[in-house]
Amino acid sequence: MNHLRLVVIFWICLILLPVTGRAADDGYGYPIPGSYEATILGTPDNLKLAPPDKIAIRQLVLNVLPDIKKPDVFFYDKGLRCTLAYQDKKAPLVFVIAGTGAGDQSQNVVAMMKSLYKAGYHVITLPSPTYPNFIISASYNHVPGDLTEDAADLYRVMETAWNKVKGDIEVSDFYLCGYSLGGTQAAFVAKLDEERKVFNFRKVLMVNPAVNLYNSVMRIEKLLDKIPGGPRKIGAYFNSMMAKFTAFYRRGDFIDFNDDLLYAVYRSKLFSHVEEGGLIGLSYRISSAGMIFSSDIMTNGGYVVPKNRSLSATDPLGDYFLVCVHLSLINYFDEYLYPYLLKKWPELTKAEFIDSLGLKGIEGYLKSSSKFGVMTNENDFILAPGELDYLRQLFGERTKVYPRGGHLGNLEYRDNMTYFVGFFK
Amino acid sequence: MSVAICRVYAVIAALYLVLSVCGCATTSTVKFAPEVPVMHSVSEFSDDERVVDIEDPWETFNLNMYKFNYNFDRYFFLPVVSGYEFITPTLVQKGVSNFFSNVGEVRTFYNSVFQLKGKKVLITFGRFATNTTIGIGGLFDPATHFGMEAQNEDFGQTLGHWGVDSGPYLVVPVLGPNTLRSAGGFAVDAGIRYVIVGTIDPFQNVKNGYIILGGISALEAVDTRHKQKFRYYESGYPFEYYMFRFLSNKKSELLLMK
Repeated sequence: MNHLRLVVIFWICLILLPVTGRAADDGYGYPIPGSYEATILGTPDNLKLAPPDKIAIRQLVLNVLPDIKKPDVFFYDKGLRCTLAYQDKKAPLVFVIAGTGAGDQSQNVVAMMKSLYKAGYHVITLPSPTYPNFIISASYNHVPGDLTEDAADLYRVMETAWNKVKGDIEVSDFYLCGYSLGGTQAAFVAKLDEERKVFNFRKVLMVNPAVNLYNSVMRIEKLLDKIPGGPRKIGAYFNSMMAKFTAFYRRGDFIDFNDDLLYAVYRSKLFSHVEEGGLIGLSYRISSAGMIFSSDIMTNGGYVVPKNRSLSATDPLGDYFLVCVHLSLINYFDEYLYPYLLKKWPELTKAEFIDSLGLKGIEGYLKSSSKFGVMTNENDFILAPGELDYLRQLFGERTKVYPRGGHLGNLEYRDNMTYFVGFFK
Repeated sequence: MSVAICRVYAVIAALYLVLSVCGCATTSTVKFAPEVPVMHSVSEFSDDERVVDIEDPWETFNLNMYKFNYNFDRYFFLPVVSGYEFITPTLVQKGVSNFFSNVGEVRTFYNSVFQLKGKKVLITFGRFATNTTIGIGGLFDPATHFGMEAQNEDFGQTLGHWGVDSGPYLVVPVLGPNTLRSAGGFAVDAGIRYVIVGTIDPFQNVKNGYIILGGISALEAVDTRHKQKFRYYESGYPFEYYMFRFLSNKKSELLLMK
């Protein structure tokens, strides 16, 4: 159950679905045309590459910040969880940074890890700096979102992980990749590596990255504008979608919660386009709720939990959950992250703040370095108008754009995975 | 499973004491300054419906049990399961799982009868007969290959079928998330099983047969946990309890429709 390994099973598990669809006649075989559908459904099993026969894995629990004091409410957090997949011979090591709210074992991370492993690489997967475990155990300031600070945190984690495993594996070179927010962060980590020179990453791949977090979040939040009553009625929306699914289940001849059921949901067009968008927005809200709450607790910030309240391991958290789900990441940026940064840089204007949430600040570096590559999709809804062209300008022919796939929906499609792994060759 | 788990309960009381004491010892004594009003509170969103809301009058008890189960898993159950997985070949593990699933067909059978579900009765009988014979005492599961899919019924579902309300959400020690109805149903199934085993008395001619029976029950408990992927707090999500409460409730509500 990644953050939502814990996801709303009935919808997000739609990802398991086998889909038969007719591809558009453009020589690209990924079958799902719609951006939202692709994002929710992912890639049908029969269009994925075969996984490796076996994979040698070790779970790393890292004590990144030894002096940290963890409040009782996070008593179960024993350190930052990362995953190492190791070859028994000398090989390059690839670090994989997860996307928004995702842990080291989330579906996309694991898919990348398996493909890379099969191609002969060592892999270390890292949770996103927005993942509660990271905020609690590995973030120096416990406030995710600032790309420079997040990169410093990630770099510290990579060093800690490397120190832990370097006696056990033989590494020839280091590579870096990340998807979604993790892709954007990979660029900043690479930049930091130019100064620190611990890894000297030879190549860095950004998969479906955000060009600017603020823009991307605005676009994701817009998906909720169209639900009945708008984003403030997200609870009612959740319940009505659930009722819809329940009625569908009752009508049909299903027993288990398996592929057949989910396939039927897709084929019946149970949810309209707007509703699908709403479900995507909702799943981001559920994810960011965990981030906001964790950060607020760790900083004693008084944002959703009263300042100076000490929560125990078994205190009810339902009300905080309700509040956090109703807060957007825009709220978080404006009311929490921006004031936090203002304390450090009192001169920081709102416009500068928004720019700092994107690639713009390091575009000179990105343009000048030949180590970067980008994979994304024509219909990735997290990109604002013009941002795709911006990526093409920055990375030139090292920008690979697929005609469809939504946000990461085609990640596991065989052509994409082949390109992904081939990039590091 | 039932008998096995019941036996495990004996160990629990002692462990619970130990673990609660450990828990108390680690409780923070840090005192903060007075509380300050919050920027966003629940009253601000009172015009919307609650999300993933399940009636939970025993929430405090349940949260404590949730934590207890985490500790029980961490310090006792999962290490035992890991040891079992380490020393036992995968093929044997599969056989063990099949064997206990086959024993569980009996429960599904009589509960399908109680609910007058003819098709399930027939399929379950067919599965049990096939797997017990061709499947060599249940070690293999040829029935599934023959198109007889595993059914699953228990006394909790029987109660639900005849209109008994699910009752409050209840996190049971070791067993985990339940409702009052499903926990009660579990106890009834365990009782029925106890009577059946006592009647057949498979080890009546064996010296110290009860020790063998105890061993089998322990193995069943280990096998049950081995098959479950769920790990308490593993998602790292601070609201895992609420999401999981909702999903498990919703799932049993949906299953009851069938």
